[in-house]
Amino acid sequence: MTIFALAFWLFAVSAVLAGLGVVLARNPVHSVLWLILAFISSAGLFVLMGAEFVAMLMMIVYVGAVAVLFLFVVMMLDVDFAELKEEFAGHKALGGIIALVMLGQLGFGFAAWQSAEGADALRAAPIAEGVTNTGALGMLLYDKYLYLFEASGLVLLVAMIGAILLTLRHRKDVKRQNVLEQMYRDPAKAMELRDVKPGQGL
Amino acid sequence: MDPALREYLPILIFLGMALGLALLLILAAAVIAVKNPDPEKVSAYECGFNAFDDARMRFDIRFYLVSILFIIFDLEVAFLFPWAVAFGDLSMTAFWSMMVFLGVLTVGFAYEWKKGALEWA
Repeated sequence: MTIFALAFWLFAVSAVLAGLGVVLARNPVHSVLWLILAFISSAGLFVLMGAEFVAMLMMIVYVGAVAVLFLFVVMMLDVDFAELKEEFAGHKALGGIIALVMLGQLGFGFAAWQSAEGADALRAAPIAEGVTNTGALGMLLYDKYLYLFEASGLVLLVAMIGAILLTLRHRKDVKRQNVLEQMYRDPAKAMELRDVKPGQGL
Repeated sequence: MDPALREYLPILIFLGMALGLALLLILAAAVIAVKNPDPEKVSAYECGFNAFDDARMRFDIRFYLVSILFIIFDLEVAFLFPWAVAFGDLSMTAFWSMMVFLGVLTVGFAYEWKKGALEWA
């Protein structure tokens, strides 16, 4: 067995096991940790396929950000998971029907799948010799797919503004530091000396 | 083996070593360590006094805000990688399209800063 095959089986088995762990773990925090393992294993599989950029994206975006956000949600939401689970148990039949419908849809989609002409050949030799994966993507993305690229920038902007509008609230009861005011404070004007005569107030 | 994959071999070896060491330490702790638990030892420890509350509690929404903003800038950085790798061969269109992209997100950053979303109080 070559190292390639060994690595493939290692990552594939750990991806499937981690996927099972996500579904079967009783504690939702453990589920998220399994999910992170699944992400990392699939990143390894992407590397084996030669899709380095997707693998690194998997690590940076999914493991670094999305998994942390999931963990945030799971750990910080005030949800009684035991109670939630009991509630779910009552809807087992409905959940099963929905799962079957989704499975059927996936099956139909897969059965009706048709590759475009020449797509298989393109997939077999995706990029020219001597060009790295990431470099090839860079040559395409910013030039040929310019509008989509700029649109994704706008989507990110909308997400940023939406997150701020939805969640930002300033607490009035907290005193904040005003750095500029501190810097422009004139020590000579900060204090004033008055000569007060005895027996008289100011 | 594919030469591109050969470059990843050290990472695979490193991964194997990390996995082996982690398993070794966990198993050693499970086998060798003295285990003598009592209710006080295994209870939650909160800096000397009795724990106030369960760890599952509502947190301020601003924690989410910070992490969502982090994800957005993370994605922005992800767009920068292929651009930087292909930088030498890029056309002027590609260069300026990235400048516009960064400009759009800088507008968002300025808005965020002005709104005080980054202020931690």
